[in-house]
Amino acid sequence: MPAIEAHHLYKVFGRKAHDGVKRLEAGADTDELKRAGLTPAVIDASFTVEEGEIFVVMGLSGSGKSTLIRMINGLHPPTAGHVELHGENITAATGKDLRRLRRERISMVFQHFALFPHRSVIDNAAYGLETQGVAKEERRRRAHEALELCGLTGWDDHLPSELSGGMQQRVGLARALAADTDILLMDEAFSALDPLIRRDMQDQLIELQQKLGKTILFITHDLNEAMRIGDRIAMMRNGRIVQVGTAEEILTDPANDYVAQFVADVDRTRVLTASSVMEPPVAVLGAEQGPRAAHKLMREHQVSALFVTARDRTLQGYVSENEVSMRLEQKNLDGLLRPVPDFASVSPDTSLADLFGPAAETPAIAVVDDAGRLSGVIPRVTLLSALSTQTDAEMEAAVLGTSTSASDTDETKEAVRG
Amino acid sequence: MAEGAVPLTIVPPLPIGELFETGFDWFKDTFDAFFDGVGDFLDATIDGFAGLLQTPDPLVLAVVLALLAWLVRDWKLAGGSLVGMVVIIGMGMWEPAMETLALVVIATLFALLVGVPLGIWAARSAVVSRVLRPVMDFMQTMPGFVWLVPVVILFSIGVAGAMIATVIFALPPAVRLTELGIRQVDSEVVEAGQAFGAGPRQILKDIQLPLAMPTVMAGVNQVIMLALSMAVIAGLVGGGGLGNEVVSAISTLDLALGFDAGISVVILAIFLDRLTGSIGSRRPGHGRLRELRQRFTRTPATSPA
Repeated sequence: MPAIEAHHLYKVFGRKAHDGVKRLEAGADTDELKRAGLTPAVIDASFTVEEGEIFVVMGLSGSGKSTLIRMINGLHPPTAGHVELHGENITAATGKDLRRLRRERISMVFQHFALFPHRSVIDNAAYGLETQGVAKEERRRRAHEALELCGLTGWDDHLPSELSGGMQQRVGLARALAADTDILLMDEAFSALDPLIRRDMQDQLIELQQKLGKTILFITHDLNEAMRIGDRIAMMRNGRIVQVGTAEEILTDPANDYVAQFVADVDRTRVLTASSVMEPPVAVLGAEQGPRAAHKLMREHQVSALFVTARDRTLQGYVSENEVSMRLEQKNLDGLLRPVPDFASVSPDTSLADLFGPAAETPAIAVVDDAGRLSGVIPRVTLLSALSTQTDAEMEAAVLGTSTSASDTDETKEAVRG
Repeated sequence: MAEGAVPLTIVPPLPIGELFETGFDWFKDTFDAFFDGVGDFLDATIDGFAGLLQTPDPLVLAVVLALLAWLVRDWKLAGGSLVGMVVIIGMGMWEPAMETLALVVIATLFALLVGVPLGIWAARSAVVSRVLRPVMDFMQTMPGFVWLVPVVILFSIGVAGAMIATVIFALPPAVRLTELGIRQVDSEVVEAGQAFGAGPRQILKDIQLPLAMPTVMAGVNQVIMLALSMAVIAGLVGGGGLGNEVVSAISTLDLALGFDAGISVVILAIFLDRLTGSIGSRRPGHGRLRELRQRFTRTPATSPA
């Protein structure tokens, strides 16, 4: 069962908000509602977050993401639609039930930390346990653990105002973790921190998530942050979710121009991985084949070297044109097969940023999965073209515009490949 | 009709005051017994408290008050208070001053007892806030003397009426600043309380009121100041204390008496203002009271609650 399910959530501000929802459902747009004095903040938002997933909602200010996250734990009641946490409908819950759900299921980290300035750090961290009715000694012990987990020791008895911004947000995070709910809502949790500390916190969050397996719904306006920490990302614009997908899906296949424009500035080398740019291994030699077959394959593909795989597609090594052409009479590859150097074979999850070093040393990088099978090849040219922010279609158009250079490009590509 | 000025007849006469009087008379007739009871109770309370203040030797009480000043603030205020109190004693104003102090303290307590809950209510409900605002304006801007009239009708001349008039006059800041203090609390912090499953009462007790405290205390300070000024005016209707001295100074044109009473009021005002002002402005965890408590209970210095 998914941890969070949002079903057709609407939030419209203004009088007769329900009419607004009906009109939106009938196809009215935002401007039409605004003329009627209604402000739609969230329009027909549906998504599911699986257990243990980091799901990021990404949008600029005013896109409705803060309203959206507050509907998940019922701080804002939706105008229409409902939210289920582990199958329990939190939208229908009121009073005691709602408070019980919040205590047991879901905690929250706030943009401006929202610490209690009159309570010490440890009493802040223990707040969730306090509302759960945990005894004092016990909750101080657990709060202390949570603070340590967040890298904050020795500050228990200080007031929040004595801490730096980054440390304050660690307290905010510890408060949410100490409550020991399986869902964590993070509302622009790192946006108020300066960039270096933000990076730090992002890394720490990913680490914590791997250790604790929490389900995290993270809100941000920073695309790089979204791409760094999100298993999946929902792109929001003007109250609507316009695309949901992994960072790579959004980068390589944006749903519309808005998303495409948005992702244009992303540092693609950190988001894209070897598996998203690699090409299918076509020019590959079977280990049982001989030098003649190798020579023919090299001529066909105009390359100067070939990867060699066994029948189960595990990578055995490579052969080079020079050596092959000297021993064409040989029946097998004895003495020709060279091992692929470590740097030239990478895993599918390696980020592009880490491919440039190897690419400088070898014309093609082998992408090998956990079982040692060759799953793809990344020629140097492919790596470079992946960096271009233009979509493939734009590239094609540019290339087709001058037909001669088009064939040039292909040739260069082929020449380097292998 | 040709001779003389034509009277301006466009605006019909509005007997608002008379209407009010009619309503008020009915009110008085209906609840007369009730107000008699309330009046007796208030008389007894204030007289009792004033008697308590007058029981010990004036100098002893002056030292006690100075000690109080030291507890909530520092030795400077303590010294100043002691000097001020001695001056009052020297002018022969100690007894009326203590009567006034009793009236002010009791009136302040009543005003807070009514005003703070009203302020909390107004902070949580926009409707209540909108209803209360003009009522507060009315209570605060109506000249203090005017309140004396209905009060005397209800309670007749005496301390009880003086106190009710004082409460009415001093109440608005308690309501207003409590509401303001609670509304000023960062909404994200309140949301944090909600997000962790706290109920409205817990949020009020653990988050809103503690964070609103400096503003509420500023309101308390204002209430005391207004109560003091009204308590003197209430001398006109038998409020007793320094007000009485002022009234008799006016009626006998006794400048010396007027000055003595006036200076006593000023000394009381400064004492009360500094005392309550320092309670409101101080950060939690740095009070002398806390120091003492910790010294006596021998608990290790833990975090402020």
